Amino acid sequence: MSEVTLVVNGRKVSGAVEDRTLLVHFLREHLGLTGTHVGCDTSQCGACVVHVDGKAVKSCSMLAAQASGSTVTTIEGLANGADLHPVQAAFKEHHGLQCGFCTPGMIMTATDMIRRYPEGLDEATVRAELEGNICRCTGYHNIVKAILAASKTMAKASKGKAKKAA
Amino acid sequence: MGMEGIGARVTRKEDKRFITGGGRYVDDMVVPGMKHAAFARSPHAHADIKKIDVKAAEAMPGVIAVLTGKQLKADGIGNLICGWMIHSKDGSPMKMGAWSPLAVDRVRYVGDAVVIVVAETKGQARDAAEAVEITYKERKAVIDAVEALKKGAPQLHPEAEGNLIFDWEIGDGKAVDTAIKAAAHVTKVTIHNNRLVPNAMEPRAALGHYDKAEDHYTCWTTSQNPHVARLVMSAFYNVAPENKLRVIAPDVGGGFGSKIYIYPEEIICLWASKRAGVPVKWVADRTESFLTDAHGRDHVSKVEMAFDKNNKITGLKVDTIANLGAYMSLFSSCVPTYLYATLLSGQYDIPAIHANVRTVYTNTAPVDAYRGAGRPEATYLLERTMEIAARELGVSPADLRRTNFITQFPHQTPVIMNYDAGDYAASLDAAMKQADYAGFAKRKAAAAKKGKLRGIGMSCYIEACGIAPSAAVGSLGAGVGLWESAEVRVNAVGTIEVLTGSHSHGQGHETTFAQLVNQRFGVPIDSVSIVHGDTDKVQMGMGTYGSRSGAVGMSAIVKALDKVEAKAKKIAAHLLEADEGDIVIENGALKVAGTDKSVPWFQMALAAYTAHNLPAGMEPGLKETAFYDPSNFTFPAGCYICEVEVDPDTGKTDIVQFVAADDFGNIINPMIVEGQVHGGIAQGVGQALLEGAVYDGTGQLLTASYMDYTMPRADDLPSFQVSTTNTPCPGNPLGIKGCGEAGAIGSPPAVINAITDALGHDNLNMPATPGRVWAALRAGTKH
Repeated sequence: MSEVTLVVNGRKVSGAVEDRTLLVHFLREHLGLTGTHVGCDTSQCGACVVHVDGKAVKSCSMLAAQASGSTVTTIEGLANGADLHPVQAAFKEHHGLQCGFCTPGMIMTATDMIRRYPEGLDEATVRAELEGNICRCTGYHNIVKAILAASKTMAKASKGKAKKAA
Repeated sequence: MGMEGIGARVTRKEDKRFITGGGRYVDDMVVPGMKHAAFARSPHAHADIKKIDVKAAEAMPGVIAVLTGKQLKADGIGNLICGWMIHSKDGSPMKMGAWSPLAVDRVRYVGDAVVIVVAETKGQARDAAEAVEITYKERKAVIDAVEALKKGAPQLHPEAEGNLIFDWEIGDGKAVDTAIKAAAHVTKVTIHNNRLVPNAMEPRAALGHYDKAEDHYTCWTTSQNPHVARLVMSAFYNVAPENKLRVIAPDVGGGFGSKIYIYPEEIICLWASKRAGVPVKWVADRTESFLTDAHGRDHVSKVEMAFDKNNKITGLKVDTIANLGAYMSLFSSCVPTYLYATLLSGQYDIPAIHANVRTVYTNTAPVDAYRGAGRPEATYLLERTMEIAARELGVSPADLRRTNFITQFPHQTPVIMNYDAGDYAASLDAAMKQADYAGFAKRKAAAAKKGKLRGIGMSCYIEACGIAPSAAVGSLGAGVGLWESAEVRVNAVGTIEVLTGSHSHGQGHETTFAQLVNQRFGVPIDSVSIVHGDTDKVQMGMGTYGSRSGAVGMSAIVKALDKVEAKAKKIAAHLLEADEGDIVIENGALKVAGTDKSVPWFQMALAAYTAHNLPAGMEPGLKETAFYDPSNFTFPAGCYICEVEVDPDTGKTDIVQFVAADDFGNIINPMIVEGQVHGGIAQGVGQALLEGAVYDGTGQLLTASYMDYTMPRADDLPSFQVSTTNTPCPGNPLGIKGCGEAGAIGSPPAVINAITDALGHDNLNMPATPGRVWAALRAGTKH
């Protein structure tokens, strides 16, 4: 058994887990954060993407013990107290989801993607960056649209903030 | 059109929970005392079970129960069934082999469930399942359906001699032979339709809970049709009588057909819950899904299409062999027959059609309906044949289709279907315009300068949806009726609950069904809740598949709304001292037409429940129920045009443009319809370019993970250009045809027609992987 302590969605949590416990199972089964999904066994589908210390990580490819000491954000904590994070809002606005199963992973991937491209995104980049996430419902068309729109909205918001600060 | 009514592009009500992690799927369910299951499954495609030793497994940490097929049989649990009877042309009924939920003495495909282990944790259950010792005596396996029919092939079921399930025919064989003899030209093709794995992103799961005190079962399951699951589990598998079995299909993460059927696992989890005395949850891992979810397609067909000297089709002859896998899944028999051969007329006026279909057992996963179900197979066959015929005849593919389009409606085809409405030239024109078909030659020349081979291909599809008129499908062998039910409950404050037998697993019913209510009564969609997926809440219903929820499910709601409206108008007329014939519903109020007298909707509803002042003899309350049985299938149709660039050095195909022009009749929410088309096209492009289930000669599934089975990813696909034309469906009150499957039906032939156009020959099968295209470029012959 391993003792793990981490900060999840701003809350300090700890527990004793079987050594082989994956981060995704710790989140789902120990913390009841069932928004993070398991869609495959080979780290291919991306339904389990969360942010570990600010970066997108497939939580099925990391042991809970490895994540000990880290700060984790899941889909449940993404909006950080707001009603919706801009990426969540864009997925709704542009119909970027159907059954909703891949959606949390898509949104967490997209949020990280937008952070890594502060200069903005184009369609080809979004499609290439989504290589680790599989959706069977949408044909990606509206997911790509939603991410491009969120990227624009967030760039505008950060410009606005920068202006205010100046 | 109001802001939230029919035709409005309303964002989805259900999205909030999915984008915030609040969706509730079966694996998210936790019941006090719940334990976890894993299955010991056959590693062999075909073998006798000589011995099962569970002692070592029982001694493993955390193990609560290890149960076998013998115990299951001893408890009277029945075999799985196929619910659609097909008779062979000699009049004999289909030959259904026994399918025990847990195999007892023989296994017939890799993944066949043999033993269930229940343990404290999922990990412990899996460890113990590996410790179950099963002694097998291997038999020879047969994978390919054509091989399985040959003399001397390994035999799967004693019930089905020669592995033949049925040998069925439709149409007039003599008339077709006469047409072929008299033809000016006959196009002959062999068409392969590759085997696919549906791959809903949520793996199948079941949670069975037997409550001893109440002698009552609850089953949470990943189902597209929970009521059908309850019916079948009660009536055929002897799990429990219907009143003692509640089936809940909560949020379900995609289905595409694969979650219609009742699989062994949900039956076994319910049974094991009683046996072990604990709630039992099983969740498939992805490889289990690949091995055991019902696969789709897997046809091989010989086709002859006869033309007269004016390029009019005079006859079509089809001989199909369909692989149904190791056992007959719930609706497996209707897919390659009544959902397939009845669509072989396509959009064309064909005077004579004959199809012969043989279905075959092989040592592979069961095959059943996958998005489109039979109709993609018919469309691929027809639209490839039309394209090849155009090339052989030296006419443009568009002209050959136009020459043969049906233009008068209703149109009776020679294969049962009676098309009610359509305008096939309209969708062809719309697609060609959108695709700038006329400018293709220039684009091809420009691509050639870059060293790329550019091709264009089209597909004019038709499908039969709104499945289906109960009496009609009953006469064709269906074991169930395919009507739908609805209940509309107006609450005392005027808010509304709609209970529907349809089930949403991504289709957006919570929004579109509410839009219908808004259209009728002006109640905001936020005040309308759609309830589905629970047999304790919703009366009997038939579920969601075959693009039926709009055309059939919403029609049932319309009928219930009609009844609510009639009563509401009576109440309002009484309150307003007016004639009920003068009452109109506008802007959330019931008004006396032509006056300023009105009563708000909520006040009328309150009056229904206070019952202080109702018309004499009227029952209190405002709740109505309806069952709707469609009068005909609906016939969505359209034209898809695909443009590709092939890299001759690598064989890689890029889809540079994909245009869809669909006629879905009237549309409730264009945003949702477009989303359905996008997703369907992606699956069709997946079939055409990437996907294919591959078994080796011994029956091992080589493509049993996302490392091996190529799912379409974002960078495999372009953005799609989709539009609609509209001939309203005359057969249902909303004029809806259905849009759920069109994309997957229409797209594969468009893609392959484009690639073969680029290659200059037709010697290419799906999936057109880079390796295959590269080889085809070097091996092929010119058309």
